[in-house]
Amino acid sequence: MTEAAFGRGRAVIELKDAGYGYGGGTLLEEMNLRLTPGSFHFLTGPSGAGKTTLLKLCYADLTPTSGEVTLFDQPSHQMSRDDLAHARQRMGVVHQNCEFLDHLPITENVALPLTVSRRGGPGEDANLADLLGWVGLAGRKNALPPELSGGERQRAALARAVITDPDVILADEPTGNIDWEMSLRLLQLLVELNRMGKTILVATHDLSLIRAAKAQVSARVLRIAKGRLQLAGADL
Amino acid sequence: MSLARRVLGLLQGDAQADRVVPKRGHSVRLTLFTSAAMAFLAVFALAMSLAAGRLADRWSEALARSSTIRISAPAAEMEPQTWAVLEVLQQTPGVESARALTDEEQQGLLEPWFGPGLPLEDLPIPRLVEVIETAEGYDGEGLRQRLAAEAPGAVLDDHTRWRRPLVQAAGRLRMLGWISLALIAASTAAMVTLAAQSALAANERVIRVMRLIGARDVYIARAFVRRFTLRAAYGAAAGTVLGMIAIAILPRAQTEGAFLTGLGFAGAEWLWPLILPLLAGLTAFWATRVAAFKRLRRMQ
Ligand SMILES: Nc1ncnc2c1ncn2[C@@H]1O[C@H](COP(=O)(O)OP(=O)(O)OP(=O)(O)O)[C@@H](O)[C@H]1O
Ligand SMILES: [Mg+2]
Repeated sequence: MTEAAFGRGRAVIELKDAGYGYGGGTLLEEMNLRLTPGSFHFLTGPSGAGKTTLLKLCYADLTPTSGEVTLFDQPSHQMSRDDLAHARQRMGVVHQNCEFLDHLPITENVALPLTVSRRGGPGEDANLADLLGWVGLAGRKNALPPELSGGERQRAALARAVITDPDVILADEPTGNIDWEMSLRLLQLLVELNRMGKTILVATHDLSLIRAAKAQVSARVLRIAKGRLQLAGADL
Repeated sequence: MSLARRVLGLLQGDAQADRVVPKRGHSVRLTLFTSAAMAFLAVFALAMSLAAGRLADRWSEALARSSTIRISAPAAEMEPQTWAVLEVLQQTPGVESARALTDEEQQGLLEPWFGPGLPLEDLPIPRLVEVIETAEGYDGEGLRQRLAAEAPGAVLDDHTRWRRPLVQAAGRLRMLGWISLALIAASTAAMVTLAAQSALAANERVIRVMRLIGARDVYIARAFVRRFTLRAAYGAAAGTVLGMIAIAILPRAQTEGAFLTGLGFAGAEWLWPLILPLLAGLTAFWATRVAAFKRLRRMQ
């Protein structure tokens, strides 16, 4: 994959010949990817191909074993803890296993990124209620994360990812456990955010979701196959 | 000062940061209990220090480095023996000055007992010689022997001198009190460190999630620091109050010299124990902070 294929200009997140392997192996090799501001990407590939791993490289939960990954022009392996925290405050991530604080009600979990970046305030409370309503969790806001269904957790995770109005949204199977109608609604949210200029990367198995998205935005579809990143063909 | 501001900011605090750490877990209850117990002990150590200090002060004043020699002799020998005594004293190392009391002074001493107008010259009243010693003091036994040789009627009365070792003991006791306080503070720090470490280990997942959503390490550390600082301060406040009550209801015998009856606080000294919760909070603040940052640095 050449850089030119992904457009010019500054990248929000960029992988340069990045590779990664767990425990000395090689899972991903020579990944090149530029997420330019306002771009919309889908990432597909069979289970176990390394989609989650690639996303982890993107939010610097993992550092590449070869090549480099830059977040907002900073190489991830050179970032201090504080740099990393600041970078993550500008990103919204939907983790595949959601990652909530199980002792706090959903509404506090969703608001946590605001508190952490000290952006909480009266205006944000209204935002929070709207957002929970949007993802259909208004009635469940005082439930603890373990009390939610898988789909409810994913919706809450998406709400948490977008609450800070981040520059970039990385979502790992955000519709994995969700019915088609709700999936379309979440997709709608992502499309709206993209139209507002957010950079979006969604890892998913769900090809019909990708098709639905392509009807609305110009999204690029990437596929991981045999440890390499490819641009998916017109078969979608 | 920035430390004061930091502690203050911590207390009015970010209640949300505090909620990030689950309340369950016995490390917090352990902190509460131990700091209460430590504060309770600290109250007694403090009381002991202050009481020993008072005792040392009172006794060393009473020492005043003076003693008396009493000369009882037939009227004819009184004068020569007095001179002999003064002569001996003049040659005794450790004696700064010595002086025979005048008749008027002796009369003054006796007046409270016999009333004014006592015919002193008609009574076989012993002559008193006041001895002021130097800071090093004199050798009491040596002086007594020489007096016996030179002036058989002279008796050295150095009743206050036996207190000298007691004053030293009181001073030592006061120091031990302060050392105890330091040890209690160190134990509190060690205990809070262990409790904080165990809380940090138990909440590794919480720390991970916090980092994933962009929390800086100071923010995460603050959640733990706030939790432990407040618990230690609350626990210490309870322990301090209990300790102060225990001291207040100690039976108080008035018998002079009974050392134990002096244990306690006098007047404004009652304010001293009130700094214990503050000290406990500060100790916990630093102990948790150090433990948290150490742990966070290690957790990559
Ligand atoms: N922490 C880890 N240690 C060792 N191996 C791991 C670890 N995490 C993932 N793997 C392995 O790396 C491979 C890729 O995992 P990854 O989670 O990135 O796949 P994925 O494409 O997201 O799969 P799925 O579609 O099922 O979510 C898998 O074979 C997985 O077993
Ligand atoms: Mg995955």
